[in-house]
Amino acid sequence: MSISGQISIRNVCKIYDPEGMNVCAVDNCSVEIAAGEFCVVVGPSGCGKTTLLNAIAGFHSISSGEVYLDGKILCSPDFMTPPGSDRIVVFQNGALFPWYTVEENVTFGPVVQGVMSQSKAKKAASELLGELGLRDISQSYPGELSSGMKRRVEIARALLNDPKVLLLDEPFRAMDALTKGVVHEFLLQVYDKTKKTIFFITHDLEEALFLGSKVVIMTTRPCQVKHLVEVDLPRPRDFKARSSTRYLELKNLVVEAVHEEAKKAFEAGERELA
Amino acid sequence: MSSSDNVFVKKLGNKIINRTSLRGGASICICLVAWEIGRALKLPLLAAMPAPSEIFGVLLGLLANPGFWKNWVASYQRVLTGFLAAQVIGIPLALAMAVSRVFYGLTFSTFEMVRPIPPLAWVPISIIFWPTTETSIAFVIFLGAFFTVVINVLGGARNVDVRYARTAISLGSRPHDIFFKIVLPATLPSIFTGMAVGMGITWEVVVAAEMIAGKSGLGYLTWSSYVGGNYPQIVVGMMSIGIAGYLSSYAIRTIGRLSMPWLRIF
Amino acid sequence: MTLNIPADNSLPEPVFPIKMSIGTRVWFALRHQITNPSSLKSLFLSASGLILSVFLWFLVTEYFKLPRFEKLPGPLAVWREFISHDPSFGTSIYTVEYYKHIMWSTLRILIAFSIATALGVPIGLFMGWNKVFRDYSFPILELLRPIPVLAWVPLAILMWSGREEPIIFLAFLASFFATVLNTLLGVESIDEVYFRAASCLGAKPRHIFFKVVVPGALPFIFTGLQIGMGVAWFSLVAAEMLSGEYGLGYLIWDSYVLSQYPVIVIAMVTLGLVGFICSAAIRLVGRQLMRWTTRGEA
Repeated sequence: MSISGQISIRNVCKIYDPEGMNVCAVDNCSVEIAAGEFCVVVGPSGCGKTTLLNAIAGFHSISSGEVYLDGKILCSPDFMTPPGSDRIVVFQNGALFPWYTVEENVTFGPVVQGVMSQSKAKKAASELLGELGLRDISQSYPGELSSGMKRRVEIARALLNDPKVLLLDEPFRAMDALTKGVVHEFLLQVYDKTKKTIFFITHDLEEALFLGSKVVIMTTRPCQVKHLVEVDLPRPRDFKARSSTRYLELKNLVVEAVHEEAKKAFEAGERELA
Repeated sequence: MSSSDNVFVKKLGNKIINRTSLRGGASICICLVAWEIGRALKLPLLAAMPAPSEIFGVLLGLLANPGFWKNWVASYQRVLTGFLAAQVIGIPLALAMAVSRVFYGLTFSTFEMVRPIPPLAWVPISIIFWPTTETSIAFVIFLGAFFTVVINVLGGARNVDVRYARTAISLGSRPHDIFFKIVLPATLPSIFTGMAVGMGITWEVVVAAEMIAGKSGLGYLTWSSYVGGNYPQIVVGMMSIGIAGYLSSYAIRTIGRLSMPWLRIF
Repeated sequence: MTLNIPADNSLPEPVFPIKMSIGTRVWFALRHQITNPSSLKSLFLSASGLILSVFLWFLVTEYFKLPRFEKLPGPLAVWREFISHDPSFGTSIYTVEYYKHIMWSTLRILIAFSIATALGVPIGLFMGWNKVFRDYSFPILELLRPIPVLAWVPLAILMWSGREEPIIFLAFLASFFATVLNTLLGVESIDEVYFRAASCLGAKPRHIFFKVVVPGALPFIFTGLQIGMGVAWFSLVAAEMLSGEYGLGYLIWDSYVLSQYPVIVIAMVTLGLVGFICSAAIRLVGRQLMRWTTRGEA
């Protein structure tokens, strides 16, 4: 297990300019994420959570500050590493290619990068899907799958590329609570097995505390780090952890802060930033 | 506030003169120049075509000629009569088909059988049936737009989300209300799309009809220029038709935008 | 009055497992049609609607002989002509002439349509893909597009020397514009998120073009092809009527000039049928290439 996937976000600011009005999305944000850590960022809609993720992924640049990956500069005002398979994103509404089967989706990355031949990739994909309990659907199209399955396939698709960092942008937002519970356990199993660095964005505090080792609570726009919570719940975690005393303690610590920011955002009528 | 005014002017200027529009302007100029040169060099296809310079000259001459504008009026008259007739008959028919399953079942099969027949194929039947040339042309024009209108409106009306109707019912509406206050406004976008497409087809048919059997209008102008050997005028005719058609579509889109304020983009 | 708002098309499409052959699928569809009471009712309505229309046609032209309608050929006259071994006007299903006309029209359409697709789809894809190319080509396209295809007739005759070329050119033009525009729309309709996902997974531009842009635009491309087929027929008929020899459009005009009215109707009906078959063929090919849309919801 190599020590890779260490992210440093230092003094990052991001200013948007839609329609000539300067909108400060992120203001002086600094977060240190150790290699193999599960970091969750929580905040109300419209704060700069996705902006941070986009900076790490390489979709947008930043106005000031730096982002480092494993000590090498990843993103700065005049430099941006283009998106690559070392930092793969799982998107909010899913981005499985509807015109490919599950197997074709999962083998997409290695085949396209030339890292594996078509047949090797198929075998590796088949193994991975089997491990994750998804082998039965390998020939189905995404249109036939439920949202829970789709998200799991997307995670599998990312994993086959052995990324350093897994970036998840509110991936379970559109799911009902029951499905969410099952997918949470799935993600935790994946994390326990692979110990990849995970950067997870959500608006749900309970989800954050349940999944993460480090929870970063953001203020509303302009976003700054309001609180940092080290979640020391033991792993592997299961759904019972949600009722444990330590969990409730941690929740009590921060729920008021989160609610305060949520109210501010609500009153400001924030619309979702991209 | 002057600073925001400046920003506004700058942005407007940016909208008109930017890389995209400059490239577009450049490409049109390049094409015109290439056309002129190609014709002078007698390249295979271009040799027989009139040159942009000649066309421009003829155009200037025609702009002052009232006869030219009379053709515009004649074509527009035909387009409008046929088009309006298609709307007046087509929209209610389509709505009736959308609303009554029995009516739909009875009429749709015939409709679908007749629809693939190109409107111009109706010209002989139309001439046999209708007393005057004008009415037979109008009928063919009507047919052209009619099918498009019905298909678009039908599609739009049937795609009205059932939940809107259910909400209306639970709020106490009667069928009469549901039709006029829910189905009709919800179908307006499709009605206008059908109109825009139908307008395009109408112009096609008008031009063809004028070429085949007309004595006035822009299509007649184009055809008679060819017959009379005035080749640059052919292109002027073509351009005029194109512009006339574009103006009609623009008018429809504007009317559409004004009648549907809830759609930010039409 | 009771308001009956149908929520969707009359026949729900059954979802088939992949490995069924076409024959089995057709059998299932037919069986579903026959055994399902609501679809049986709509089938009955469609059939009776058609029969009613033909009957109405018969009434006004041949039975009641209404003032203007009596000059039109009625269904009996047309049918008699159509199935006779020795047609008085020389065209029935037993004459070679009939098929010759069909063949000429179909051949012209095939050539025009194939060239239009072969040129139009790549151009449309590239326009959607590369902004510079689009900036240069879109204005020219938008200037030429509003000009009705038939306004090109004189110019086409000037440009091309032979007899067939102008006709094919006109059908090509019509189809070309529709194809390019719809392909362009198709590329623009692809959700940005797919591009991001692909670049995350390490795809280079050529991968993104062939694995995201092309499949993503396919639904729109096929809609465009169907529209293109329709307008190609439209232009072809007009062009044949103006200056053809052989072909269904020519047949219509010629029969009119020679006062062989029943043949007009034969030709019109044939046109409708052939046009319908062409569009259906495209739809079929589309459904095969885009199997992900027919199974479940895209």
